[in-house]
Amino acid sequence: MGLLENKTALVFGLANSHSIAWGITQALHREGAKIGISYAGPMLEKRVKPLAQEVGADFVEECDVSSDEALDRVFDEAAKRLGKIDILIHSVAFANREELQGKYYETSREGFKTALDISCYSFVAMVRRAIPLFNPDASCLTVSYYGAVKAVPSYNVMGVAKAALEASVRYLAADMGPLGYRVNAISAGPIKTLAAAGVTGFKKMYSGFAEVAPLRRNVTQDDVGNAAVYLSSDWARGTTGEVHYVDSGYNVIGMSIGE
Amino acid sequence: MEDFYKIMSDTAERITQIIINILGVEEDKIVPSANFREDLDADSLDLVELIMAFEEEFGGEISDEEAQKITTVGEAITYVDTHMR
Ligand SMILES: NC(=O)c1ccc[n+]([C@@H]2O[C@H](COP(=O)([O-])OP(=O)(O)OC[C@H]3O[C@@H](n4cnc5c(N)ncnc54)[C@H](O)[C@@H]3O)[C@@H](O)[C@H]2O)c1
Repeated sequence: MGLLENKTALVFGLANSHSIAWGITQALHREGAKIGISYAGPMLEKRVKPLAQEVGADFVEECDVSSDEALDRVFDEAAKRLGKIDILIHSVAFANREELQGKYYETSREGFKTALDISCYSFVAMVRRAIPLFNPDASCLTVSYYGAVKAVPSYNVMGVAKAALEASVRYLAADMGPLGYRVNAISAGPIKTLAAAGVTGFKKMYSGFAEVAPLRRNVTQDDVGNAAVYLSSDWARGTTGEVHYVDSGYNVIGMSIGE
Repeated sequence: MEDFYKIMSDTAERITQIIINILGVEEDKIVPSANFREDLDADSLDLVELIMAFEEEFGGEISDEEAQKITTVGEAITYVDTHMR
């Protein structure tokens, strides 16, 4: 029997088969969860629909998470068609390409707002709308990156957005704990995805990471998916407000002098 | 065109397969002069996916600047043959 039998998951952030959300979706599905999917817009439809079919998801709804109306609509629809929810997955981030290169101090006001809105506030906005739909012991999970706690080249405003996201995880955990709902984040090592392709120098970060990380390898979307299963399951009932690293141990290294 | 397939190199064959998988176009449209955007209807996400797939298949890296210059099937084959093989 799967670890998530009789649970329903609503997943935001699926773009294509490289998406971290796809690693998470497949793992949740494998463990028996019923899946609902929301994706950003028409451009992704031809990519998302076949994937949804693979995991038997009938609920496949478009939603631009920067719009309150779009969020209202998708959660109304979820209430009607999915009923109660046990697992909310937020695997969404966006910053303009210009902001993901050069100096952080060059960040524009608009660019800052956009990055924080889509990458951080959207999680808060989702959680609020999901509460009425939650079953007891429900779990919310978002995806962060180490650039939230350390300065990483080119990551810039996205690092600041991730810092706000990780702080939001703690505040939401405090809010939701008394209701019995949990809120956690996975901080993932670099993975080749569409979002990552927007970060200048990502390829260097990707290969450099594997040389330094204790496990000497990059992480995969399946590594993140399996950790997401644990955090979304009743096995993690005692854990909330946590940022859980799935990064081959990279974050514990203070210095690398090569081999 | 028939000749193109007869003499198609291993690189061209693998690239053709990747293009079929990602863009879902008919094989006979995939000729060296075919422009990804104009002739094969690729959108901007498709182009990023194609570059990622070439890197995975041929085990190398294509920088953003170089990726910008790969606009046709022929340019992709030439790039892979000269830089990644
Ligand atoms: N790839 C990495 O190296 C890495 C590492 C750590 C954390 N992350 C985080 O993982 C999450 C998923 O990213 P990914 O790497 O799988 O890339 P991805 O491009 O597959 O996923 C990002 C998703 O965000 C969605 N999105 C952007 N703007 C949106 C909007 N306005 N409305 C709705 N959806 C919107 C995109 O459609 C896409 O599905 C992001 O939060 C990212 O920051 C990625």
